[in-house]
Amino acid sequence: MLSCRDVTQLISESMDTSLPIGKRLGVRFHLLMCKFCARYERQLHLIRETVRRFVATEEKPGGAPGETLSEEARERIRKSLRNP
Amino acid sequence: MKKPAGSNPSGWVDRHGDYLFRYAMLRLRDRSAAEDLVQETFLAAFKDRGSFSGNSSEATWLVGILKHKIADHFRHQAREAPLEDGDLREQSDPSPFDGSGHWAKGPTDWGGNPADLYREKKFLDQLTKCISGLSPNHANAFTLREIEGEATGEICKVLNVSETNLWVILHRARMQLRRCLETHWFNKSTEEGS
Repeated sequence: MLSCRDVTQLISESMDTSLPIGKRLGVRFHLLMCKFCARYERQLHLIRETVRRFVATEEKPGGAPGETLSEEARERIRKSLRNP
Repeated sequence: MKKPAGSNPSGWVDRHGDYLFRYAMLRLRDRSAAEDLVQETFLAAFKDRGSFSGNSSEATWLVGILKHKIADHFRHQAREAPLEDGDLREQSDPSPFDGSGHWAKGPTDWGGNPADLYREKKFLDQLTKCISGLSPNHANAFTLREIEGEATGEICKVLNVSETNLWVILHRARMQLRRCLETHWFNKSTEEGS
């Protein structure tokens, strides 16, 4: 029987690689019975999804204004490009 | 003949500086390190401006160079602070599990429908803080995997760890991050709401 400690490790691994069928079924079976591990899995996926959506929104060029280069850094970079 | 766009670096900083800076900030979480990498990116692009084919946009071309600089930065950090036993052990104290490996204190219900979290600036600030609270190896592995979307084989090369160790590191990082968000965001807002 897999413990919750084992299952949390396997939930994470399954986000990076595909688990062998035996482990995969072990995890699925455990999740049916364990509300905490099921919740843990949902929350890990929520974090992943939130990060992905944020990155996708943020990284459209000309996207939402956010942090900007400081004037000092801007000037320093311009200078270094004039005399590379 | 079309003049290659890369041959006109004078407007680069104005056109792409802030974009590249935000890209670097999200991954390094350190203003001066991010500014340095943006500068290095422009300089490398300047030296290599002949290679800009115009097939991709100027921004995409520059981000490609920045990505390499960021990977180099992580590679360097991994050499400076190699993996320790502590990176592979359970970080949180007390352990979330009891002696038999079952939850001592399970995850709490985060409630509601948090699908729009990615639009909440404050949540993202908290997330960034929580990532900064991880050990450098954990933070960099998480960043490469979840923000950069890198494959695990590539991350192993950058951080110079085995695949088995990387899975443990990512597991530890996710567990600690989840816990941090629960403490500083989800439970907090529940209390404020009640």
